[in-house]
Amino acid sequence: MTDQDLCIENVTKTFGGFAAVDDLTLTIPDGSFFALLGASGCGKTTTLRMVAGLEEPTAGRIMLGGLDITRMRPYKRPVNTVFQSYALFPHMNVADNVAFGLRRKGENRADTRRKVAEMLDLVQLGQYGTRRPAQLSGGQQQRVALARALVNQPEVLLLDEPLGALDLKLRRQMQIELKRIQTEVGITFVHVTHDQEEAMTMADTVAVMQAGRIEQLGAPAEMYEFPASAFVANFLGQSNLIKAEVTGQADGHVTVDAHGNRLAVPSARCRVTSGAALLGVRPEKLHLADDLDAVPSGHAAVRGVITDASFTGVSTQYLVRAPWGSELTVFVPNSGIANPALPGAEVAVHWSPAHSFLVGS
Amino acid sequence: MAALLPTASGTPAAATEIPVEPPAGMRRRRWIPYALLAPGLLWLGVFFVFPVFQLAMASLWDPSGSIETGYTFAWSFSNYADAWEMFHVQFLRSLWYALITTVICVALGYPLAYAIAIKGGRWKNLMLVGVIAPFFTSYLVRTYSWKAILSDSGPVVDFLKWLHILPPDGRLLATEFAVIAGLVYNFLPFMVLPLYASLDKLDVRLLEAARDLYHGPVRSFFRVTLPLSMPGVLAGTLLTFIPAAGDYVNAQLLGGPNTQMIGSVIQSRFLVVNDYPIASALSVMLMLTILVLVMIYVRVFGTEEVV
Repeated sequence: MTDQDLCIENVTKTFGGFAAVDDLTLTIPDGSFFALLGASGCGKTTTLRMVAGLEEPTAGRIMLGGLDITRMRPYKRPVNTVFQSYALFPHMNVADNVAFGLRRKGENRADTRRKVAEMLDLVQLGQYGTRRPAQLSGGQQQRVALARALVNQPEVLLLDEPLGALDLKLRRQMQIELKRIQTEVGITFVHVTHDQEEAMTMADTVAVMQAGRIEQLGAPAEMYEFPASAFVANFLGQSNLIKAEVTGQADGHVTVDAHGNRLAVPSARCRVTSGAALLGVRPEKLHLADDLDAVPSGHAAVRGVITDASFTGVSTQYLVRAPWGSELTVFVPNSGIANPALPGAEVAVHWSPAHSFLVGS
Repeated sequence: MAALLPTASGTPAAATEIPVEPPAGMRRRRWIPYALLAPGLLWLGVFFVFPVFQLAMASLWDPSGSIETGYTFAWSFSNYADAWEMFHVQFLRSLWYALITTVICVALGYPLAYAIAIKGGRWKNLMLVGVIAPFFTSYLVRTYSWKAILSDSGPVVDFLKWLHILPPDGRLLATEFAVIAGLVYNFLPFMVLPLYASLDKLDVRLLEAARDLYHGPVRSFFRVTLPLSMPGVLAGTLLTFIPAAGDYVNAQLLGGPNTQMIGSVIQSRFLVVNDYPIASALSVMLMLTILVLVMIYVRVFGTEEVV
């Protein structure tokens, strides 16, 4: 932990009795690209606005590099925001928008002009300084908003769904672009998004929020492979979750009974070790075999009937109805081998126990 | 920069440059815009352009004529010199009163419009109704009631005398104060409504952005709120200044001989003295002066869009 970490300590924000943020504690390391991920209304934007100073916490405190900024006025904080709506000043041209903060900070004219030019180059809008925001496309406006915030060299840059209004292709481009810029400037980025793919693509650390609290926090790959709860398992990518009852533990494995199937999960991949649970496997880690005899030894397997097959290019997505009625999703990569499995076929779905996980139900 | 971002610098022009031949049905309906314009143009022609032309002609009539003997057209530009000679005091006073009225209306109207638009919340509509409520009563009746309020034995004068702000023999009626107070009262809604329209459109997220970029409330106001509400300020000041400069009701009812405005001069020249050439010359002068002042004003403070 270095001096410039952003620490949110036991912060609560209530709006007329409703807790938008509920006793949230979070440390965002200096220089990291941090994503707050959650569905709308989970409190992620409120959290961001409290860091920006646009909302005041009901309880708790916010520390930035050892300095308590909880009640500091927004215009005194070394924090800048890229707003979801961009909030560019329509009566100023692009260069004046970008210079808005610098001029107030008392930078001299020559320095301001140089920094604005550098920043516009960084976001690849060098030629657009004299345009009005209304004359720019959505993606260009987005980059002006980014430049306007970044040029002040804040300790922390807050991004509130900055790519939400862009089309998919542009969003992908900007994700890579933002990541490049963050690496280049080394400022802490706190990125709020409801798009799990965006969060995983860009951030070093992702915090999944639900109902004003953090459900899980960690590196994207780590969270994806071993989610802490059923909510995270479903919110971050797709999961097949099978109802199960823990029956016992033996040599590093927890055994469960799932609709009459005895299955084992490595103890290290179990969030619960007793009672009712959900056994989870990601669709791309499930495999299909013609029957149980064809299942590799050591794999767990259940029988099922294919009810749907859809070809998506990189893979074929199968829906397989298990004997207990629920459907499992299976992604079979398109590796060029003909896949003869057709709807109606009886198959065995199998997976390596090391790829399964057990979470509370 | 185009290499990385094809969408940013693409060729949107291509779509619009395809020569478009409008379908026959469309072409046949080209007369529709003119048909829609016609009633208004006709109205303006009959009731505005023609009277103004008539007025301009009358301002050049031979001043030796009279209603009884009739007037003859004589290119008598001397009417203008005579009118200026006789009434330049009232003329300049009118512009001065209109200016003071406009300044006071901005000072009172801006905070009011701001409060309604930004802080009004669910009371917004009720407050707006409050602003336009005076229009439910006749302009004359309202100005007469001001006469009663400011009368020599009225409550306002009594109170000011009790506070020793007014001397024992002091009065409000027939003073500049009364005339300007009446003008401000009567024209304030014309200031508030366009200001409100302009402030109501203001995106409060821009103010958040300004705060986020180190601007406190005062600086945010001068760098974001005020510039973005300039169309409203412009419209409001024009809607106040122009009618106030030509107003005669307030000066007539609330003022005295020393506060006479050009409107009442024109009115009495036309209807009491029956001196048509001078009255017309004054009217044309007032119109042209206001036109020139407004053109200069809009050129200096104007934005591309109005309201």
